[in-house]
Amino acid sequence: MDKEIIQIENQEPVICIKDLKKSFGSLNVLNGVDFEIKKGENIAVLGRSGTGKSVLIKIISGLLKPDSGLVKVLGQEVDKLNEKELQTLRLKIGFSFQNSALYDSMSVRENLKFPLVRNRRELNDKEVNDAIESVLNDVGLPQTINQMPSELSGGQKKRIGIARTLILKPEIMLYDEPTSGLDPITCIELNNLILKVQQEYKTSSIIITHDLTCAKNTSDKVAVLVQGKFLKVGSFEEVFSSDDENIRTFYNYNFTENTKSNEK
Amino acid sequence: METTSKNPNSTTKKKYLISKSIDSFFEDLYELYTFIIRFFKESFSAPVEWKEIVNQCYAIGYKTLLLVSVTGFITGTVFTKQSRPSLSAFGAASWLPSLVSIAIIKTMAPLITALIAAGKVGSNIGAELGSMKVTEQIDAMEVSATNPFKFLVVSRILASTFMMPVLVLYTGLVGMMGAYLNVHANEATSFISFFISAFKTIEFKDIFTSLFKAICYGFTIGVAGCYQGYNAENGTQGVGRAANLAVVFSMFLIFVEELLIVQVLNNFK
Ligand SMILES: Nc1ncnc2c1ncn2[C@@H]1O[C@H](COP(=O)(O)OP(=O)(O)OP(=O)(O)O)[C@@H](O)[C@H]1O
Ligand SMILES: [Mg+2]
Repeated sequence: MDKEIIQIENQEPVICIKDLKKSFGSLNVLNGVDFEIKKGENIAVLGRSGTGKSVLIKIISGLLKPDSGLVKVLGQEVDKLNEKELQTLRLKIGFSFQNSALYDSMSVRENLKFPLVRNRRELNDKEVNDAIESVLNDVGLPQTINQMPSELSGGQKKRIGIARTLILKPEIMLYDEPTSGLDPITCIELNNLILKVQQEYKTSSIIITHDLTCAKNTSDKVAVLVQGKFLKVGSFEEVFSSDDENIRTFYNYNFTENTKSNEK
Repeated sequence: METTSKNPNSTTKKKYLISKSIDSFFEDLYELYTFIIRFFKESFSAPVEWKEIVNQCYAIGYKTLLLVSVTGFITGTVFTKQSRPSLSAFGAASWLPSLVSIAIIKTMAPLITALIAAGKVGSNIGAELGSMKVTEQIDAMEVSATNPFKFLVVSRILASTFMMPVLVLYTGLVGMMGAYLNVHANEATSFISFFISAFKTIEFKDIFTSLFKAICYGFTIGVAGCYQGYNAENGTQGVGRAANLAVVFSMFLIFVEELLIVQVLNNFK
């Protein structure tokens, strides 16, 4: 057991970001972000709306180009890759969008089939169908297979969006607010799904969230993004024992409500 | 004092706004240029999205067939009916089939088909790609290692470029059928003699010119729709804007092209 941990410690990080900067016009969104993720690790990124959390993972997946700084994913510098190399790398990165981004014109089955048949042309029909069914079972929605995205609820859409990225068996998962706008029970289900994905698919993940319960339950580490920088990276307890005002506000917003109602 | 200082301020501001809009016009033009260059680059690189191209061709044909049939037929009939009095005045009613078919094949069929397709296909492409863009479906395609430009844009532009000549030929034939029915009802001309006198005056060059125009219009409609949709911004509002601009641009460009092509090809006589 100890040996395994040491091996993990010695490994090169799957994602390594150094002094990352990005601005849009005069708006400085990211202003020197540094962090690393090791294999199998889940990190939660917290931060207020508009602080650039989505921008951060879009840079990691190569959807946006950084202005400066190092962005290394699985040992490759994302912004220096040509289109072919980027496509190969992207097969190993799963991206679950904030608004699910399911293809409206396709049914759930076709949504899941799309990335699979286009990237794994060697599979026959049966293997494709098996893969679709197994990934739908993993997210707990086998009954939706023939529905259209417009017929799904928000939480179902999120889970199908996750399924669509899992079908390529990624090594890294990027979740953009997986639990936002969902009821507490669905949130718990999604948290469990994220943990299940981490264990079964052996992924390393970045989970963007406003939801501290989600961060606490799903992540090994927590980072707080304030004014374009990671204010603090560490375990949940480490980060939230800090006295920094920004972090306290975050904590209070999420948990004081509960304590108040308990006191009553 | 205040008023004198205000005036130069407002003129500099006006000048600034004008120069800014000129700048942005050239920026847009350059962006459009790179978009078209990218289209040509990616249409010649493997793998070709045959299945999607065929799907789009089918969709374009299916969407426009009824509309171009009706409008083509009506145009043929009405144009024949309205040309008759002026020709009869010169005792030249027997020229009606040739006059009408030249007008239909050379100008009306290409223009009508292109305008209908701009309204129907162009707006559809603009809205479809626009909504995919603003709801991040295009980004989703990109991160799942599919080239969205090739899958969505190239296939649509190729399909509309390929389908337009087919539709123009079809509209031309339907229009001539409309013309024939009107001639038949009034002059009791037989089907065969109508088409013999019609095709006596139509040269191969005329048909070729129409097909060439159709290809240009089809390309224009595809590019306008895809460019506007693919670059849509600002949420659902941007989707409507994209669809609208796709139609406006393509209709305007179609007329400009009509003028240019006719001018250029007339020189080759
Ligand atoms: N493509 C873009 N062009 C211009 N500005 C952008 C672009 N993408 C993001 N921004 C700006 O960057 C800032 C950060 O955006 P981002 O979407 O990363 O926020 P976020 O932290 O994910 O917020 P939320 O929690 O609301 O999703 C915002 O102010 C936004 O206006
Ligand atoms: Mg976001």
